[in-house]
Amino acid sequence: MAALSILMILISAAVIPGIISITKAKLSGRKGITLFQPLKDIVRLFRKGNVYSTTTSLIFQITPVIHFAGIFCALLFLPFSGEAGLLSFSGDFLFFAYLLAFTKFMLIINAMDTGSGFEGMGANREALYSMLVEPAFFTIMASLVLLTGFTSFQEVYNNVHFGDSSLSYLFAAVSIYLLVQIAMVENSRLPVDDPRTHLELTMIHEVMVLDNSGFDLGLIMTGNAFKFAIYGNLIANFLLPQSFPLVANIAIYLVVQLLFAVTVGLLESFRARNKIANNPQFIITLSSIALVLFFSVLIITHKLILD
Amino acid sequence: MESMESIVFVGVCIASVAVLLITRRFQYCFSLFLHVCLSLTGVSWAVRSLLEGNTKIFSMLTDVSYLPTLTIDSLSAYFVLLISFGMLTGILYAGGYLKPFRKTMSRLELGIHHLAFIWLHISMLMVTVLRDGTFFLLAWEMMSVSSFILILFEASKKETRLIALNYLIQMHVGFILIMGAMMYVQSLGYAFGFDGLAGYFSKNSVLPLFLVLFAGFGIKAGFVPLHTWLPHAHPAAPSHVSGVMSGVMIKMGIYGLLRVLTYIHAELYVVGLIILGVSTLSGLLGVMNAITQHDIKKLLAYHSIENIGIIGMGIGAGLLGVALNAPALAALAFTGGLLHIFNHSLFKSLLFYGAGSVYQATHTRNVEQLGGLMKSMPKTGMLFLLGSLSICGLPPFNGFISEFLIYMGLFKGLGLDIWYLDLSMLASILGLTLIGGLAVFCFTKVFSITFLGSPRSSKASQAAEVSDDMIFSKILVGVLIVAIGLFPNLFVKWVAEVTALYVPDISPIENALPTLMKVGMAGGLFIVVSLVLLWVRSRQQKQVVVEYGPTWGCGYSGANAAVHQYTATSYANNFTELVGPLVGTTTHYEKIAEEEIFPKARHFETHSYDVFEKTLIDKPAELLLKSTDRHESFQTGKLTHYLIYVFVFLALVFLLTYFQIL
Repeated sequence: MAALSILMILISAAVIPGIISITKAKLSGRKGITLFQPLKDIVRLFRKGNVYSTTTSLIFQITPVIHFAGIFCALLFLPFSGEAGLLSFSGDFLFFAYLLAFTKFMLIINAMDTGSGFEGMGANREALYSMLVEPAFFTIMASLVLLTGFTSFQEVYNNVHFGDSSLSYLFAAVSIYLLVQIAMVENSRLPVDDPRTHLELTMIHEVMVLDNSGFDLGLIMTGNAFKFAIYGNLIANFLLPQSFPLVANIAIYLVVQLLFAVTVGLLESFRARNKIANNPQFIITLSSIALVLFFSVLIITHKLILD
Repeated sequence: MESMESIVFVGVCIASVAVLLITRRFQYCFSLFLHVCLSLTGVSWAVRSLLEGNTKIFSMLTDVSYLPTLTIDSLSAYFVLLISFGMLTGILYAGGYLKPFRKTMSRLELGIHHLAFIWLHISMLMVTVLRDGTFFLLAWEMMSVSSFILILFEASKKETRLIALNYLIQMHVGFILIMGAMMYVQSLGYAFGFDGLAGYFSKNSVLPLFLVLFAGFGIKAGFVPLHTWLPHAHPAAPSHVSGVMSGVMIKMGIYGLLRVLTYIHAELYVVGLIILGVSTLSGLLGVMNAITQHDIKKLLAYHSIENIGIIGMGIGAGLLGVALNAPALAALAFTGGLLHIFNHSLFKSLLFYGAGSVYQATHTRNVEQLGGLMKSMPKTGMLFLLGSLSICGLPPFNGFISEFLIYMGLFKGLGLDIWYLDLSMLASILGLTLIGGLAVFCFTKVFSITFLGSPRSSKASQAAEVSDDMIFSKILVGVLIVAIGLFPNLFVKWVAEVTALYVPDISPIENALPTLMKVGMAGGLFIVVSLVLLWVRSRQQKQVVVEYGPTWGCGYSGANAAVHQYTATSYANNFTELVGPLVGTTTHYEKIAEEEIFPKARHFETHSYDVFEKTLIDKPAELLLKSTDRHESFQTGKLTHYLIYVFVFLALVFLLTYFQIL
């Protein structure tokens, strides 16, 4: 079962970048790429040679690898269809979140190692934004723990579906909304960051990897695709009860991942990028919405009774 | 039959004086020998008390009746082990660090330094094992005085002398608070010392006296707002001393707090809430202030405040759990807090030793002048990175384990059907999350600016790797950091013994051991995956063409690369703008006037200051000085005036007694 979970994420990761790109192309009236073009690009990168900056040190060589290893291990924690992931224990979401923080640490020092002002700028923004978005994720998890009384991904997801109150579906809807927004921030997409930007001064994620090439860049891009699939999985699991037949769950899962990718494409097509200076405000807003979620759980579970 | 340890211990105390007499070449070896003896004594005490399972009482030389008895329970044993290990790595590191000073300093100067270091070790051991008030306070005072002498190592600098004096005064404020509390208890007919406190707390209202003791021990530990000595004292001291002070000595404040808490069984809810609140504040403000620092050791000092905050959060949340009868919250959070004491002593001393190596190689602590050290000092750099990762609480290192336990406690504290508890748990969870995020922000900054990129000054470009004996002690610490991260269940089981002093039911910890084993395994898996990928990468690199060139400069390659790098100030800038007045920064810049058509050359400077220090220490001190200035007019310097004062005083006394007022 754990193997199936990993397989599903791999499948999703392989097609999500393509779907996003196709969606955006269709909406802007272009023909667009084929579905597997991003995958082919990555494969080509793995075969290529590297160009290293003479400023860089040992750190630049090892960080892309550790960055990818961290994302890969993080996806082993994800449950699927009510079954636990390969790694599952009480409090596994903490390990998951901190592992992703580890990967960010690696990518930031990777960028700083080049001694470039542009990459420093991107690294610095990445550090600030990921620090700010962290409370939103933890508030959602705290609300889920409060609602279900369990502390691992699998148990939490299993009990969200069968809460006593039908309000838990409303809760799931708000959580999904927040997770989509968090995914946009964490994956450096609009409105916080724009992967299509052409100016180093306004880039965040793209500018951090300007000096990476070949195998290393391939790993970073694979990691990015995985990260998308990871957030898609977190969203999809709200809709995969254990009681459904497996085939149905696989179908629902793939549809959700597809919808997630299309949503990202839609959002990117019709949304303007934030002013850089307004980004912190935007991200903190996510945490406050998550706080509203927490309070509503307090009310749902009749702990905080308002007259 | 005298116990072996007592003889060795008393022997070391007496022999320590000899360090003043021997030549500079052998001073270090002799001092190392004494520290090893002390550490072995400590370990032997701790292990015997832990093995026999209950409180162990050792007497010093039995023939000498005025020597105190040593009481070692699991709490003392835990701290004794921490001291023994921390001091041992400290003295090992000092071997390399002090070598250059052997040429410039006299035998007496170095001898006094070594003597103070030995007595710091002795006094800290004594603080953790003495219960009698007089002897405890004596040891406490000795600890403050010996660390005061240690800070004065570079006493030729005026700044160092001022800082050391500031430290000594603040330590004595704490001393007076602790002594005052004990004397007050004695005046009510209880014994003088911890046993008296036990009696007092069982019968009287807990809160007032607890607050006094919390403040007294809190000054040593560095809880906000009592932390102001810390960011000054740590940078001024030589690095092996700052490593030990931050890693071990400030934990004596935590020890005092924990010892007091063993006697408190009532009003735990309020006590827990106070500790939790103060600690969350300390954690957040500590790391926020750290981000604005450019002095690498000052930055680390602020991180000590942050970590004291995390330790306190574990303890506070644990007490809440005990008060509300929530065993999972109590046991997990408390154990997490206790384990973090040891964890912090590991990674903080590692980081301070790293900072010391950087200082020795470059002669500057200002990160704005560093850069690119990874190439010239790769071993120091990698060990500093290890310390940075573990202090940020990232898996698979030790910092994550203790934070994981605290988080687990807090999450288990949710859903206890008390809504305001839920809110305080959420606030603590978010506090811990933000602390973690800010720590990542801060350590990516300090590691990158120090070790990565191009050198920003000739000091940095001429740096060379430090000697191997300085690396060795750091590897010793590093091994433990990784070991705790990969095999947490072994260490947590041991720490749970201490938790049992506070928490009646420690079964949640026993239940959590398999989980912790899985945490360790997940961490191991992460390392294995990384290693396999690194191997694959090295294979791939052999098959392709690898080229070297300059960093991508957006088509611009004119100026010196080091000049347009990101600096520590620019890295911190977007954060300091965001939090505004919480961290104080001042800018010095002369604005361009309208009529100034051709502006002249200008400088732009920013400085950071501690908001708490300014409002709580500097401003009141200024007011006090102003008021004393006003009374200066009495001091005329003329004998006749002074005779009049004496006469007025005598007349006053006479009158008051005559009318029977006095």
